[in-house]
Amino acid sequence: MAVYSTNEFRAGLKVMLDNDPCAIIENEFVKPGKGQAFNRVKIRNLKTGRVIERTFKSGESLDGADVVDVEMQFLYNDGEFRHFMVQDTFEQYQADPKIVGDAALWLKDQDFCFVTLWNDAPLAVTPANFVELEIIETDPGVRGDTSGGGGKPAKLVTGAVVRVPLFVQTGEVIKVDTRTGEYISRVKE
Amino acid sequence: MQQDWRPSCSLQFLRMRADLLHDIRCFFRERSVLEVETPLLGHCTGTDPQLAFFSTEFFSTPQQQRLFLQTSPEFAMKRLLAAGSGSIYQICKAFRNGESGRFHNPEFTLLEWYRVGYTLPQLMDEIEALFAALFVGYGLLASWRMSYQAVFKQYTDLDPLQFSHQAYCAYALANGLPEAVGLCGDNHLLWLDFIFSHKVQPLLGENALCMIYAYPACQASLARISTDNPNTVDRVELFINGIELGNGFYELSDAGEQDRRFTKEMQVRQDNSLPPVSKDQRLLAALAAGLPDCSGIAIGLDRLLMVLAHAKTISETLSFSINRA
Repeated sequence: MAVYSTNEFRAGLKVMLDNDPCAIIENEFVKPGKGQAFNRVKIRNLKTGRVIERTFKSGESLDGADVVDVEMQFLYNDGEFRHFMVQDTFEQYQADPKIVGDAALWLKDQDFCFVTLWNDAPLAVTPANFVELEIIETDPGVRGDTSGGGGKPAKLVTGAVVRVPLFVQTGEVIKVDTRTGEYISRVKE
Repeated sequence: MQQDWRPSCSLQFLRMRADLLHDIRCFFRERSVLEVETPLLGHCTGTDPQLAFFSTEFFSTPQQQRLFLQTSPEFAMKRLLAAGSGSIYQICKAFRNGESGRFHNPEFTLLEWYRVGYTLPQLMDEIEALFAALFVGYGLLASWRMSYQAVFKQYTDLDPLQFSHQAYCAYALANGLPEAVGLCGDNHLLWLDFIFSHKVQPLLGENALCMIYAYPACQASLARISTDNPNTVDRVELFINGIELGNGFYELSDAGEQDRRFTKEMQVRQDNSLPPVSKDQRLLAALAAGLPDCSGIAIGLDRLLMVLAHAKTISETLSFSINRA
């Protein structure tokens, strides 16, 4: 694996820090006019999701991490693991709930998502930015209400709960932004 | 279409820069300080291990000579002072390799001036006057002066003049900087740079000009040892809104002491496998001939523009930053 020096740290670069795979978020060059140069780096630990700040002497280096995001299809949940497949190669991966995390709230069988692999093992799962899911439970709405003001909670087929406008009903399919968990629109079948 | 032909800065910054240069020249003309130019290409460069240089080849058949882009005009200006120029100032480019980031561009603009007969407090008075003139209409609230030891103690409760490995480590661990322990080891100078950069500097000079003086002797650079305390040197640094703007000295004029500092820094370069440089013998000869007692300071004008216009990055103030140059 490649080795990266502080001046190569760019947002998105994957490196090993304290034996964990991490992604660089931000890298700031700090140097007194007469003094040691440092790089103050913001890093996300890809295992825990935690963001930390760490300072390096300029010129220090870190090993690269073999981390890739691969688009996969979510196949099924066997109760213990969720199973994913790479469409081109039919290669399958399984991930436990700790790795799937909140992505589980947006994953419906057959949907596509991104699986982050570290040394070819799943590290994290990221749903598509927009997903279409059926509402299985929500209070009956008020007829004639077309505004989004207020709204009401609606439970989706995956278990997620989002706020929807009052006119949206059980059984309808809606489009949701998974990054914010916000309702976007109804989807006409 | 390709967009990198465009300037890094808005056109407003071109005008602001022009105004700034005009105001600075008016300020020094009124005070009868002589504007000078010195070479950007020189046969020598500074020995400071923290400064990396650019060098190039001069083809002067049949010889070939290595020349350095100056990291600061300091040595040449001191030679003018030793030759009897009287008080002088210069606005020029300086070049520092490897320095690039929010606050750094490897080629940048400096204002450097020297006042013959001035002590450091007298120079600070003039700096204050210059900033008052340049910040008319920009709402600079105040100016304050504090010793390095006092400000370091105020924000960290540590004594910067008295190195205690245990106290420094405990501070780092308690303040979210555990990496400092391994990174700084038992290097006092490194600890000071680390803690000052992270925990002191960001808090200095909120909408005010903050002048920090009496630096620890281990950060002497080209300053004289203070007469009242041999543990500190007559060096001043300027900060506004946590941004370092300038660095000045009551200038070292003792040729022997200068020679020893060169030797020491060249040793540090060698120990750290940094590119070797040689002593600037012309500077040493000038000091031996006699540098008048004087104080001098260099101020980064690009950063000053950042402060004036509340810019987030230095490139917003430059016609073309390094990635578009």
